[in-house]
Amino acid sequence: MQLAGTQFTNSSAILGNDISTLPDFPAEIRAPAGTLAGVSGFQVHFSSLDIHTPGDRLNSLVAMNPAALKTNLKDLESGGILIVNTDAFGTGDLHKAGYKTNPLEDGSLKGYRVFRIPINKLNREAVAEVKLSPREADRCKNFFALGLVYWLYERPLEPTLRWIRDKFGKNPAVMEANTRTLKAGYNYGETTETMPVHYRVPPASIKPGTYRKITGNEAVAMGMVAAANIANKPLIYASYPITPASDILHYLADLKRYGVKTIQAEDEIAAIGMAIGAAFGGALGVTATSGPGICLKSEAIGLAVITELPVIIIDVQRGGPSTGLPTKTEQADLLQAMFGRNGECPVAIVAPCSPADCFAMIFEAFRIATRFMTPVFFMSDGYLANGAEPWLIPKVEDLPKIQVNHPLTPNSNGNGEAHFLPYKRDERLVRQWALPGTPGLEHRIGGLEKEDVTGNVSYDPINHEHMIKTRAQKIANIAEEIPELAVAGPAEGDLLVLGWGGTYGSVVTAVQRAQRKGYKVAQAHFRYLNPLPKNTPEVLKRYKKILVPELNRGQLSWLLRALYLVDAVGLNKIQGRPFLVSEIEEKIDQMLSK
Amino acid sequence: MATASSLPTLTAKDLATDQEVRWCPGCGDYSILAQMKKALAGLGIPRENMVFIAGIGCSSRFPYYMNTYGFHTIHGRAPTFATGLKAFRPDLSVWVITGDGDGLSIGGNHLIHSIRRNVDIKIILFNNEIYGLTKGQYSPTSRQGTRTKSSPLGSIDNPVHPLSIAIGAEATFVARTLDVDINHLTGVLKRAADHKGTAFVEIYQNCKIFNDGVFEYATDKSVKADNTLFLEHGKPMIFGKDRNKGIRLHGLDPEVVDLGSGITADDLLIHDERAEEPSLAYLLSRMVYPRFPECVGVYRCVRRPTYEEQLDQQIQEVIQKKGRGKLEELFTSDDTWVVK
Repeated sequence: MQLAGTQFTNSSAILGNDISTLPDFPAEIRAPAGTLAGVSGFQVHFSSLDIHTPGDRLNSLVAMNPAALKTNLKDLESGGILIVNTDAFGTGDLHKAGYKTNPLEDGSLKGYRVFRIPINKLNREAVAEVKLSPREADRCKNFFALGLVYWLYERPLEPTLRWIRDKFGKNPAVMEANTRTLKAGYNYGETTETMPVHYRVPPASIKPGTYRKITGNEAVAMGMVAAANIANKPLIYASYPITPASDILHYLADLKRYGVKTIQAEDEIAAIGMAIGAAFGGALGVTATSGPGICLKSEAIGLAVITELPVIIIDVQRGGPSTGLPTKTEQADLLQAMFGRNGECPVAIVAPCSPADCFAMIFEAFRIATRFMTPVFFMSDGYLANGAEPWLIPKVEDLPKIQVNHPLTPNSNGNGEAHFLPYKRDERLVRQWALPGTPGLEHRIGGLEKEDVTGNVSYDPINHEHMIKTRAQKIANIAEEIPELAVAGPAEGDLLVLGWGGTYGSVVTAVQRAQRKGYKVAQAHFRYLNPLPKNTPEVLKRYKKILVPELNRGQLSWLLRALYLVDAVGLNKIQGRPFLVSEIEEKIDQMLSK
Repeated sequence: MATASSLPTLTAKDLATDQEVRWCPGCGDYSILAQMKKALAGLGIPRENMVFIAGIGCSSRFPYYMNTYGFHTIHGRAPTFATGLKAFRPDLSVWVITGDGDGLSIGGNHLIHSIRRNVDIKIILFNNEIYGLTKGQYSPTSRQGTRTKSSPLGSIDNPVHPLSIAIGAEATFVARTLDVDINHLTGVLKRAADHKGTAFVEIYQNCKIFNDGVFEYATDKSVKADNTLFLEHGKPMIFGKDRNKGIRLHGLDPEVVDLGSGITADDLLIHDERAEEPSLAYLLSRMVYPRFPECVGVYRCVRRPTYEEQLDQQIQEVIQKKGRGKLEELFTSDDTWVVK
């Protein structure tokens, strides 16, 4: 089902529609077919307009079995198109999904435009002449449904036919079967006239240029390769497989001819250790994980803070605590990234706001890490990681520059002998990144508190406090080199809706609707979480009320309240799913309609 | 080999830092530090290309006392930092300093995995069979029955043998030496430095404060010849003050035999450090005092491609086949469309 969804998305993108997707699949690899837990879904929103979310309500739903129907019917708009595979509604199938009566017969679907199609049977007929086992033949049935939906929305078949040739070229029977059933589905729509409707969605008017579809995880991988290339640095990526971050490892492992070195570490701790070791040697060291992995990496991140080494930690957030909801999205690691280490241990934090924005923000993460000699957290989430949208392919010469300097000569002549002082700082409080192999700069760093400037082990109480404050001030200084918080909408007014990370699309769409209703409401989004942009307190003052929608119990609100003494109101959803636009819209209504 | 005129000549003094060494008086670490400096000074490796990486524990303060690049990391994880560094810096000579607690307890996992990958790093494990820095609890190598603050009635944990672990993970270089046998110690460190691949060296190191004399049977001049066996490649395994005892294989088990009365050197095991199969080396690692003399020296030294060599090789091969990747190509590696 994920393949079929991806193909539909690609075809729509190539047609010029704006797109946004929400894959939704179980944590189990082969969850029992036909059960509620085993439903694998793919939601795609495509439009002739500029869109920011995968959509609140479904216009059309394809249910391949009763479990899929039961899980997703509540999202289908009333009067929406419902295509059901009638071959999968036997007594056993109904029982597995917990239906006591057959919804196709008991009248419960009368609010929808239901199309009953025996997809199993039609698919088997379509592939009958290809030599496949019955089991293999049945596996093609999603492509019959895909062909039918292609007809319904007038999508071209060619991109998918090409994909089938590339993907199954080595297995001619499977290639042939998928080709036939895709076409059969399309032709079924065209010739049988069972479906009285047929839609044409013209291209969206978006900025001219060359586009491709991109998921957040792909954008992170490409952004890292690009940043390393621009900075002329080796990229060392070490990680331990974990959902939903593993795809980054898969993409990068396949990019060896770009010089990328990937290491699949023995555990989460090893992965961050390797990334820090690489940073010590002068590489762009990166590790990616999800919340449980961050827990394990915390001690090492503290080491990178005290040794002031640039390393990137990508957190593709998922539902927690503990193992939680591995395949579902959440934003509940923000305070973990801020504070989840022993001691006073500040790090820089950035967060992309859309799948394509992952490219821009991983670039920023590298820039900040190397400019300020600090670990940087990159807070993605399951929705951003797997969701897709069009990406305007940048020109290589237009990419931001990342300049990295390493000292080649000693920085002190203190006691008459030239030597290197590892904690000698510039005016921004940043130390130099001296690399092993450079003669005369031999030095030692480590997790024990160090005397400022010399880097000698020091237990001096005053020095300790000085170093704590220095490390904090260095992170605060990053605010001088990041963009200010931009506001969309009135410069002052009744309400400011403030988001961060993956909620951007829903927040923007909800605020735009509220603005059309005449509300004095503005929207702003944090892509830099630590430090926050320096105009933040000034922006907050210009609005009577502050609303912070988050997929957690109010972690950004908590920070804003603590930092700025503002009465930030939270809109909090912790269901493993992104916000619906309507949920935010309703909250805005409720706050402003009095 | 270190005397070639083009190579820098270092002395042990060049490798000393200005930091005061803070181990307890009489600690075995002092000897190891001195021999390390001596061994490295003679290798012809420029000082700036040496990196010492340590975890946590008494031994792990080592990097602060070596005037090279150094990284004092976190408990048990030093091999991971070394792996990340060495993965793209084959030019560096990377040494991991660890102890029995750091390397085999909290860091056991990383020890095994860095060894099996055969990263070209030198792991030097100071085994004193005790936790020193936390003031005297039993360690994973403490013999059963060791009485400490945390085991007042004697420890009940079965100890691990560091070399058995290393050989089990198929280390390409495995050796044991003694803190007080300075010539042997220097020799083993030099051999480890020369080895390409993971070198694992266990050093019996006396903790004067919390476990004094635990290796006396192997280091005391009056008894050591009977309790240790110094391995020599290609030589029969003979030991004893009078060189009159040897190790013979009986089925799958080693046994101690007296030479003479029909048994000659020809009946004894011949030490072969280059054997591809690690089984015999493993048997030797299982020989424990008092049942056996404990083997000292190089157990195993074989060549296998290193992790970083293979990482590079894969990259070079794919570049040769498909050309070096360009960003433009990467960005357009999926279907694209043009909006006008």
